[in-house]
Amino acid sequence: MAKHHVTATVNGDPVEFLCETQDTLLDVLRDQLGLTGTKEGCATGDCGACSVTVDARLVCSCLMLAVEAEGKAVATIEGMAEGETLHPLQRKFLDHAALQCGICTPGFLIAARALLEKHPEPTETEVRYWLAGNLCRCTGYDKIVRAVLDAAAEMRGA
Amino acid sequence: MQQKVKTNGAAAFDWVGTRPVRPDGVDKVTGRARFGADLAMQGQLIGKVLRSPHPHARIRSIDTSAAAALPGVKAIVTRDDFKDQPSQLIPAGEQMINYRDVVRNVMAREKALYEGHAVAAVAATSAGIAKQALKLIEVDYEVLPHVIDVVEAMRPGAPLLHEGMITAGVEPAPKTPSNVAKRVEVGHGDVAVGLRHADVVVERTFTTQPVHQGYIEPHACVASVSEDGQADVWCTTQGHWMVRAQCARLLGWETSRIRVTASEIGGGFGAKTVVYLEPLALALAKKARRPVKMVMTREEVFRASGPTSGAHVRVKVGARLDGRIVAAEAELKYQAGAFPGSPVQPGCMCAFAPYDIENVKVVGYDVVTNRPKVAAYRAPGAPISEFAVECVVDDIAARLGMSPIELRLKNAAKQGTKAAYGPKLGPVGFIETLEAARAHDHWRAPLGKNQGRGVASGFWFNVGGETSVSLQLNEDGTLSLTVGTPDIGGLRASMCMMAAEELGVDIESIRVQIGDTGQLGFNFLTGGSRATFSSGMATVEAAREVIREACKRAAKLWELPEDAVEYRKGAVRPAGANAGKHAPLTLRDIAGLAGKTGGPIAGYARINAQGAAPSFGTHIADVEVDPETGKVTVVRYTAIQDAGRAIHPSYVEGQYQGGVAQGIGWALNEEYIYGPDGRLQNPGFLDYRVPVASDLPMIDTVIVEVPNPRHPYGVRGVGETPIIPPLAAVANAVADATGVRFADLPMSPPRVLAALDDARARGKAKI
Repeated sequence: MAKHHVTATVNGDPVEFLCETQDTLLDVLRDQLGLTGTKEGCATGDCGACSVTVDARLVCSCLMLAVEAEGKAVATIEGMAEGETLHPLQRKFLDHAALQCGICTPGFLIAARALLEKHPEPTETEVRYWLAGNLCRCTGYDKIVRAVLDAAAEMRGA
Repeated sequence: MQQKVKTNGAAAFDWVGTRPVRPDGVDKVTGRARFGADLAMQGQLIGKVLRSPHPHARIRSIDTSAAAALPGVKAIVTRDDFKDQPSQLIPAGEQMINYRDVVRNVMAREKALYEGHAVAAVAATSAGIAKQALKLIEVDYEVLPHVIDVVEAMRPGAPLLHEGMITAGVEPAPKTPSNVAKRVEVGHGDVAVGLRHADVVVERTFTTQPVHQGYIEPHACVASVSEDGQADVWCTTQGHWMVRAQCARLLGWETSRIRVTASEIGGGFGAKTVVYLEPLALALAKKARRPVKMVMTREEVFRASGPTSGAHVRVKVGARLDGRIVAAEAELKYQAGAFPGSPVQPGCMCAFAPYDIENVKVVGYDVVTNRPKVAAYRAPGAPISEFAVECVVDDIAARLGMSPIELRLKNAAKQGTKAAYGPKLGPVGFIETLEAARAHDHWRAPLGKNQGRGVASGFWFNVGGETSVSLQLNEDGTLSLTVGTPDIGGLRASMCMMAAEELGVDIESIRVQIGDTGQLGFNFLTGGSRATFSSGMATVEAAREVIREACKRAAKLWELPEDAVEYRKGAVRPAGANAGKHAPLTLRDIAGLAGKTGGPIAGYARINAQGAAPSFGTHIADVEVDPETGKVTVVRYTAIQDAGRAIHPSYVEGQYQGGVAQGIGWALNEEYIYGPDGRLQNPGFLDYRVPVASDLPMIDTVIVEVPNPRHPYGVRGVGETPIIPPLAAVANAVADATGVRFADLPMSPPRVLAALDDARARGKAKI
């Protein structure tokens, strides 16, 4: 069967790609567009390592078909910093040592940004439940939750 | 809340003990860091593995002809592509390996020994074609009866995995084969005599289930082999020299032909200390003459890698009315999975190690079952045995009406204590962790309804081992540091900090990398909590070599004897009254003059790091038990542990917190669930439930510092101990809340509810 032609934007840049029907958005991001910052931990939507936003909505890119990206705006970890300026969440993750191995970090950052865009003043419990779809096996979540709360406070003040 | 308890005079350091941003941090928050699956090579093929659907089956034949004929298939490997290996035990990390078994685990030979056992591998031009090819491979299996449970596997008449296996460590040797690979025993004194002096004796039997290390990054590698046989492997591993050695052995290639580069590693916890895909990818790449990339699916990770042992444990402890433990014994039966090599030996060594006991005996059995071969998991073997012991110690305290902390203090191992496994302990911080627990406000905080509090301790011995590090002084005075232990959780930060401390330079002037196997001498892997200890020791030695050389060059320039100069705060200075008044020469000055004073300046340390020292921890857990559903929630947690010295306290705290989360998962949720057909029923994160953010509270930490005198900065390994205490701390808290002792893990809601209902019927439940 012929491949599908898809036009979308990724991190604001126009992209075009050809994909098979069964290709996921994650497959295309990683294997075709070379954006390997988005990770595959399970391919079943259980770990959140592949989190991206599509038209500002948080999704697991392993659960979305690439053809569904037609006309959409996809945002990945590679677009989170602005030039040399890290996003406050990225900075706070570093300041709080909120990562150890770092494989889950891109997914957490994307998910946390989506939270703060929706709820700029989350409680600890709200942060924990919002991030419950992102698995981290290294940190016990303590420093991640603190980093998100600290970034939220800074972003509200800014 | 994070706290620190120092027991030595406050040493003043510029870098050690501070919290700078890690050097690899920006790459990891921007998606630049390249993990195992992030590399693609030009022209690469995709490799996939055919796995046995049967837990136990003889492989009569494998027909790959139809698969080989499929367009796009470039290579297929089976057992025929790997030479058999003789039985020979070789030290590999905290455990021994036997290449006879390794070659059979990477590719089944006579039999498939577990569901998921690799039977063939294909490399094709796309993943789709590779998967299609797997379906065309015809394997003729003779299905055999299987055995999953450790106690059943030990019974006479159980299906035998290895028909010729005679239990080692038994005199005289048994005449008939069994699934018991080995019997081990440690101890001293006479338990029967000791028990005669006991006023209370508690004996219990415990079971734990296999749990997976659960790293978020699946195993992945890319291999290429050139026409002249030079091979390159990129892979996610805790030890690339180990990958090189094992691949060379399995493929019969010379070591120098294989160069292994460690990618960033997305968690390992012990399980990335063995090879699965790498030898297959190399064999396929050689056959296909194209690079081959292989990545496991999550399902493959669960079915075919890790996990750790499930176990059956009996513990008996006797104590006097004053709380002194007079005798202790334990019997540990550990599942090894399909091949010998469970962590029962360290389980035996650690079981009673926190205590000074005159009469102690621990017997362990290493038992094969039709499950994936176990891999190391954070303090391999210790969480299981220490869980059982720490529950019994708690019961003893309750029977005596003593505080469990006081009971532990009364029996705590200290400097000079003879451990059950032989050696006398050096300076250790166990008592300090207990005292810190007793002084912590957590210990006195009021509990709510349906809540309980538990305390438990843990011990891990830690290791050192072979290590190589190089440190180059660059022309502009900056430094390039190359270490060989993969960085899983902040190693590069602590290496830079120790080097900067030694050299008296800014941490930003040092760039650190993890070298490949061609860049450094042998490095033993990141495991045994050895990386900060051993690579740190080697980094300090390399830095001192740079300093010595810098002094030599300055002395030459000043025409002074070498002992008339000294190195202080980043510069060489004249020392003593007769040295004259030379302006200090900074490292930068000396670097700039290197070409005129003797050439490049570098330090290269190659050591076999000795003097690793144990780390003790004591944890306090508060739980709330839902009387209607049986769900246990951890509502407050404090982890206290002796770090020796915390080089970067944030990452030490992170080790404590991460170990706690894994231990809580082990205690409450995680388990491998097998059906009667011998197949794993929960090979995914939906049904194999690791703790998520909403399951846990903040995890408070207290870093105790009783320096290790054998390390230049006092470092002890810290990574493994924190997973040990949570199992019993949570179980003891549940017992406190409910009045019911849970001896079987995990304490999942259905189990807890059934036990509560049973206890209620007998009028024994507190809730």
